[in-house]
Amino acid sequence: MNFIKELLSDRDKVSHNLKMIFWGIGGLLLLVGFYGWAIRFFNGHIKANYGSIVTWGLWVAAYIYFIGLSAGSFLVSSMVYVFNFKKFERIGKLAVFTALVTLLMALLSIWVDLGHMGRAWHVMVFPNFKSPMAWMIYLYSIYMLLLFVEIYFLLRYDFVTGSNNETLKGKLYKLFSLGSTDKSEESKLRDKKIVKRLATAGVPIAILFHGGVGALFGVVAARPHWHSGLFPILFLLSALVSGGALLTLISSIFQEGWSKNKEIVIELGKMVLALLLLDILFQVSEFLVAYRGGIPGHTAGFDLVISGPYAWVFWGWQGFIGTIVPIVILVLPTRKSPRWVALAGFLIAAGIFGLRLNIVIPGLAVEEIHGLTSAIYSHRVDPHYFPSISEWLLTFGIVGFGMLLFGLGEHFLPTHNESETESLSESKV
Amino acid sequence: MKEEISAEIKIENSDKPTIDRNEFISKLIKIGAGTLAATIVGNGMLNTASTVFAKGKSETLVKRKYHYGMVIDTRRCVGCRACVLACKAENKTSPGVSYTVVFEEILENRPNDKPVFMTKPCFHCEQPPCTDVCPVSATYKREQDGIVVVDYDRCIGCRYCMTACPYSARWFDFGENYPAVEQGTDWAKVPSPEYNQFRKREHEQSPIGNVRKCTFCLHLQDENGQYNKADGHWPACAKTCTGKAIHFGDFNDPNSEVSILLRERQYIRLKEELGTSPNVYYLI
Repeated sequence: MNFIKELLSDRDKVSHNLKMIFWGIGGLLLLVGFYGWAIRFFNGHIKANYGSIVTWGLWVAAYIYFIGLSAGSFLVSSMVYVFNFKKFERIGKLAVFTALVTLLMALLSIWVDLGHMGRAWHVMVFPNFKSPMAWMIYLYSIYMLLLFVEIYFLLRYDFVTGSNNETLKGKLYKLFSLGSTDKSEESKLRDKKIVKRLATAGVPIAILFHGGVGALFGVVAARPHWHSGLFPILFLLSALVSGGALLTLISSIFQEGWSKNKEIVIELGKMVLALLLLDILFQVSEFLVAYRGGIPGHTAGFDLVISGPYAWVFWGWQGFIGTIVPIVILVLPTRKSPRWVALAGFLIAAGIFGLRLNIVIPGLAVEEIHGLTSAIYSHRVDPHYFPSISEWLLTFGIVGFGMLLFGLGEHFLPTHNESETESLSESKV
Repeated sequence: MKEEISAEIKIENSDKPTIDRNEFISKLIKIGAGTLAATIVGNGMLNTASTVFAKGKSETLVKRKYHYGMVIDTRRCVGCRACVLACKAENKTSPGVSYTVVFEEILENRPNDKPVFMTKPCFHCEQPPCTDVCPVSATYKREQDGIVVVDYDRCIGCRYCMTACPYSARWFDFGENYPAVEQGTDWAKVPSPEYNQFRKREHEQSPIGNVRKCTFCLHLQDENGQYNKADGHWPACAKTCTGKAIHFGDFNDPNSEVSILLRERQYIRLKEELGTSPNVYYLI
């Protein structure tokens, strides 16, 4: 008995230590990010390294990465709230909250990328229904509203029951309950129904808006690297892979970590492996079609990916760290250990960022007209792009912001999905 | 059998209490919201469809008042790049923004191995891929003369149009300045006459943070939208060309220089396979 007790306390410690590391990294990233924010606000785009050839850089890659995480984790949460997949119920709220936090991170990343940040509202008042970007913006605005409403109804009961005027948590809950005081079981059932409806409506919206992000790239006939019908689907798959992988990592650290979420982590690991293999199939298809066709204009972007100056992003980061290592972990007997699966989740989530970089930059880094980049001398007319310090730091800052927001939410919000008995015992207290 | 069932249903219905008010209102709201959403989406699609059809028509039936374009004679171009400088002087473009560039293509086995020089302004395509992608319709093809312009006050600087242009004819203004401007010399006080707006490039104001492009120097047009070569109201690059390689004019006028050249000479357009049909032709 003693031994078991020790092990348990030790496990709690591990989870606690992991959380401390999480808070530390989050805080540090947020701090260094302030430098990037200051540069962006006071100097505009001067300190950024993209130009008129590589028009989109790290921030756009970060944007499609974060928004993919959001769509992915939302779709995983829909397994609980739409398809009644009971196994993941414990992390359902966590997944929806992850979707919201990563969406906010995505919006911040794309907001700083705008030439005029103060004009972001123009999209709503000057619509152009022909633009895939406009459609994407409308869809993710609806999606964001839906997420807020869904989270409210997911947590309303907990807010109402937990609200009081004494503790900070109680006061927060009172604020978040938005004046609702209905503690009846009927209201709980009603909330459940509403959540199910919202989650159901959210599935097509999430698919549409993230497919829309892919279409945004896919419709650009000027860039053969992007101009493929597979793109919207590829984006969705990568979103599911990265979202699932991130949730694997999150559920092994939060909500008491892998000691309680062991089953979920392992189950998620299996799902992510299957999705990752499907994703690889799609990516290989892109390469095969390009190279079998062998048209130089079409393969130029792919050439940059596999043998350009940043080929290590493809082979080392995306390929080895983000694909091969996690697949090995998820196939070998390590697949039964939540720690290893969590590590694999982390590696896959990190690897997909390499994939996003390899979509955005090589597609643009090809001269559209031969000799153009040597026609005038300017570092803005250069197919070679590496993000500047302020670009990196601002991105780190957004990651730090997301981590802290998530940590705070996890700490304060009732993301914990209690089983019926637990909630009963708590309400007695 | 059928009659029996329907009779039963009728009875059941009559047994049920009538719908209560709250329920009715909530249903009404739901229906209203659904209709509103459907209207917005449907309207958008109709709008898109109608503009697509209108576009198809306008090509065949509606003729623009003016149809400006350029014919560039690669045989006359000596590669002096005076056009690049003239454009800079006219539009006061900042470093890294160059509405026209001259690139060279070295052709093997050509007599004396002379390279082919090509000056490349914006092509003001008939089917511009850059305008449709703009999420705020800030860039568009003008109805009266087909010049593709950017509304600096509306553009949010997302740079989607730059990715969509197959000819790299668009440039983002990062806010950099030439030393002469930074040192506050007289040059710094001269605003750009672009679009007749005479904007001051300072404090992150437009056109800083906007996408910029060649406008065929439309600020030199008179109130009727006409250029005047004799007065020097003519695109700067064409006006300055030392080899007289850049010909500018109205394709609607069969007697204009450009129309005659297209009739009499062999020409190519770049990336013809995309179907963008540029309004800038190269004579070969």
